[in-house]
Amino acid sequence: MGKIALRNVHKSFGATTIIPDINLDIEDGEFVVFVGPSGCGKSTLLRLIAGLEDLTSGTIQIDGRDVTSEAPAKRKLAMVFQSYALYPHMTVAKNIAFPLKMAGEKPEVIEKKVQEAARVLNLTNYLERRPGQLSGGQRQRVAIGRAIVRQPTAFLFDEPLSNLDAALRGTMRLEISELHHQLATTMIYVTHDQVEAMTMADKIVVLNAGNIEQVGSPLDLYHSPRNLFVAGFIGSPKMNLVSGEIASTMGAETIGVRPEHIAVSTTEGKWRGTVGVAEHLGADTFIHVKTDLAGLMTVRTSGDMPVHHGDTIFLTPDASRIHRFGADGSALAH
Amino acid sequence: MSRAVSTQTKFGWTIAAWLVALLIFFPILYTIITSFKTETEAIAGFDLIPSGTLQSYAEVEAQNSYFKFFVNSVILSVGSTLLALIVAIPAAWSMAFAPTNRTKDILMWMLSTKMMPAAAVLVPIYLLFRDAGLLDSRVGLTLMLMLINLPIVIWMLYTYFREIPGEILEASRMDGASLWNEIVYVLTPMAVPGIASTMLLNIILAWNEAFWTLRLTTTNAAPLTAFIASFSSPQGLFWAKLSAASTLAIAPILIMGWFSQRQLVRGLTFGAVK
Repeated sequence: MGKIALRNVHKSFGATTIIPDINLDIEDGEFVVFVGPSGCGKSTLLRLIAGLEDLTSGTIQIDGRDVTSEAPAKRKLAMVFQSYALYPHMTVAKNIAFPLKMAGEKPEVIEKKVQEAARVLNLTNYLERRPGQLSGGQRQRVAIGRAIVRQPTAFLFDEPLSNLDAALRGTMRLEISELHHQLATTMIYVTHDQVEAMTMADKIVVLNAGNIEQVGSPLDLYHSPRNLFVAGFIGSPKMNLVSGEIASTMGAETIGVRPEHIAVSTTEGKWRGTVGVAEHLGADTFIHVKTDLAGLMTVRTSGDMPVHHGDTIFLTPDASRIHRFGADGSALAH
Repeated sequence: MSRAVSTQTKFGWTIAAWLVALLIFFPILYTIITSFKTETEAIAGFDLIPSGTLQSYAEVEAQNSYFKFFVNSVILSVGSTLLALIVAIPAAWSMAFAPTNRTKDILMWMLSTKMMPAAAVLVPIYLLFRDAGLLDSRVGLTLMLMLINLPIVIWMLYTYFREIPGEILEASRMDGASLWNEIVYVLTPMAVPGIASTMLLNIILAWNEAFWTLRLTTTNAAPLTAFIASFSSPQGLFWAKLSAASTLAIAPILIMGWFSQRQLVRGLTFGAVK
């Protein structure tokens, strides 16, 4: 079981409030991603759940048990750190065995579980090496191995992929998702990368300045962002936000339209503009267009779109996919 | 980019370095040379070639048992160092990993005690030792040496511990390690090089300490510093004998220093370059 509940969680460092007041329920077996810009308090929130930081006020419950004042070791959670935090003086086998040793398991049980974890993570040939002799991806696997052997109630990941190169990041992303399906254990994953959030999460928690902006499935957030912040944060490339006259004719302060919901034509359309940069990615082309009416827009179109710097093109947003936001930034009903 | 250095410049610097090193080492060398001379040779004037006699060593040993002083030196320096480590490891741990806003002040305050001239507290310390019955006792002197070197030990360990990433200790906490297990299985093994060089330096400092060891001991707890001193005042003109005593006193630490120079250099320059 791994049901985690945060109730009125508040955290300050001295006079600085990091997390004003958060309530959140994480269901058993869910893959939850905390996402937000740097300094939004997502890592602090994870560390509060882990027990590495003390709450200023509020409570944290794991499976109905109040763990607010319990030491990290007692919470039965496992954590994978951004820097991997492997023990440099121990071999891979000893690193993975460490939590079992601390739990007082018998040597033969430890041996068996370490072998099993190494098999799952393709580390069998590296068990006698030290962390310093491993590549970044292998270190990451050892860190995960150390986390899974103890069969924790939940896994906590603190930006685990940010030190890896882009290709490896993609592979590890898949491996972690695969692991979640195999273990069916609650996972809480912190990242500033919205692509990671969208691809891995069952549930995304968008944080900004210590507040939860929105909680929902990746597609919920994509289709119905609750406010401007979520609209701008989720989706790549970013949603185009337009305010002024165009917005007010639609009864909103600001309107938003995603790059993939704009039709491009060389002959006719709603907004006329000049192509600035066209990024040809092969499958897609991202065109940055300077429009007369709506300002700078990014448009996603098919890969074979023959546009170049300086071309004049016409953009037409899909009317049914336009998001409208009020003066306070929150979304207006369709 | 590394600067281009000509062979001549390199040669020049090497010669200069050797000269400086020789200049620093010369008094020790001359002491050793003199210890192999007869008393007549010793006062005769500057001469680098001794006759090679062991007469002075024999006389020194006959007059005052070297071994007893040597044992005391070992007990005092090693004992005070181990005691200092037992106190300093937890202290440095808390300052490095759980600092408060007063930690820096405490560190400075501890260091400031080293700036106080020892002579200024001689009388109160002497009286305290007298009343506690610690004069000329190994226990008392071990405590004293531990206390005077403690600030340096804590500072050195603090610097080492600061280099250990806090996330690794947090990982051990997540893995279920108690505070004790964290220090024993994770922090200490990672800090072994640092602890080793702190230990070496502190043993040398304690071995050479000559203010308190001379003033708080007479015979029972007297270490090698007292052994040398016993040859200096009444027999100040017997240079060969005095040199033999000095050589015997510094030989163990010189040998230890020679074998551990790599750790020592690392200890002294740690944190200066990353």
